[in-house]
Amino acid sequence: MKSVLKNLKMELLTVVLSVTVLFFQVAPLAALEIPRLDSRINDTAKMLSGQTKTGLETLLAGFESTDSTQIVVLTIPSLEGEVLEEYSMRVVEALGIGQKGSDNGALLLVARDERKLRIEVGYGLEGSLTDLVAGRIVGGVIVPRFKEGKFDQGIHDGVIAMVDAVRGEFVASAANTKTGNDSDPAGLIFIAIFAFSFIGRVLHNKQKVAAGVGALASPVMGLMFLPQLGFWLLALIPLGALGGLFVSSLSASSGGGFYSGGSGGFGRSSGGFGGGFSGGGGGFGGGGASGGW
Amino acid sequence: MKRITLLFLVALLSVVLSGCGYNSLQVQEEGVFKAWADVESTLQRRADLIPNLVETVKGYAKHEQETLQAVIEARSKATSVQVSAKDLNNPAMMQQFQAAQGGLSAALSKLMVVVERYPDLKANQNFLDLQNQLEGTENRINVARQRFNTAVSSFNGAIRQFPASLTNKFLLHLDRKEYFKAEEGAKVAPKVTF
Repeated sequence: MKSVLKNLKMELLTVVLSVTVLFFQVAPLAALEIPRLDSRINDTAKMLSGQTKTGLETLLAGFESTDSTQIVVLTIPSLEGEVLEEYSMRVVEALGIGQKGSDNGALLLVARDERKLRIEVGYGLEGSLTDLVAGRIVGGVIVPRFKEGKFDQGIHDGVIAMVDAVRGEFVASAANTKTGNDSDPAGLIFIAIFAFSFIGRVLHNKQKVAAGVGALASPVMGLMFLPQLGFWLLALIPLGALGGLFVSSLSASSGGGFYSGGSGGFGRSSGGFGGGFSGGGGGFGGGGASGGW
Repeated sequence: MKRITLLFLVALLSVVLSGCGYNSLQVQEEGVFKAWADVESTLQRRADLIPNLVETVKGYAKHEQETLQAVIEARSKATSVQVSAKDLNNPAMMQQFQAAQGGLSAALSKLMVVVERYPDLKANQNFLDLQNQLEGTENRINVARQRFNTAVSSFNGAIRQFPASLTNKFLLHLDRKEYFKAEEGAKVAPKVTF
């Protein structure tokens, strides 16, 4: 008994320690903050004129509405000692530029004080905006203008070149502009039908027991198939109890064929259109090119 | 009564299995395998670029036969050592793999230092393009390696945490995976001497 208690104590200690470690791990990772982007042109380093900004914003918003491809510009005053490529990857991972599934996002990142820039390309655009093409845009289009101090023109021409490279790769449609449903409700429904008919058959006269079993089993099944529901799994308990009650009060002659309609309405949607900007959750794998002026 | 017992057993079993990581451990292991496949494909991409690069450099830098030869040898060594998904728990094989890839990285960075002496080569469009692709590929390798290590660390953590540790010990028997460490040579920038 004593050893069990001791083990339990150790277990508790481990949990506390790992939580502590987790908190400390997060701190150094977030060295340079990632700005919250609310438009496609984010000029935190104040390198662009208002006219260029609105012009590019309109262009890129229009491009997204026809092609669903998201291109975002971000200028920062300084990297504050971070590696350009690593920061760039953190930015695109945090913002999820591009549509989920299509992975058609690209970022033009400029670090003013370090005089460095990078084009980060999403998986879906790597075929047309290859490392080579990105490298040519950085080295042949943007850097020469930056060297002359023409930041407006450099970024404008660079963005145009990026848009030209990826135009026609994707077409905006309802399918690739809305985030898909991550969960697998089909599996849940299938199991639910099976389970409820099983309960109905076994416990067709024992309403209370059936209700208990339903209440117990439904959050468990929910956890298996829709773990992202989290706290809302508890809401499945009364649903399962009702279901158990229902199937058990049906006559014994029926063998199956009960549909539980309880699993509709899951999933999240994220609108990315009209007004501001929000990333669609596109994926990146480190494609692109860097340069300096 | 027997039926009720059976039913409760089924319910209990599903609670135990889903709550104790039976599913999530296997999903995480699959994540490690996928991340490893990405690492391998980026490394393959680098190996594919090398013959072209060597050919281009050869045309301009005839006196660098030795450096070029070293790159070719390191490439063939790196492509000969492969680690399949089921060998990811084998420290010796991972060590060998990292050494071979590290050797290639070192040989390549030496070559890139050497070409600094040839202005004609550096102005060659073909070479510039290859350089772009090589840089991009190196960056992809870094990204893929970091993601692999993240997947490994969360998997290794998961199989040691209670109660999933018990599930693994008695049911799944999954081994901890090795990390893909950064090469010793890659951390030290090559010295330029004139």
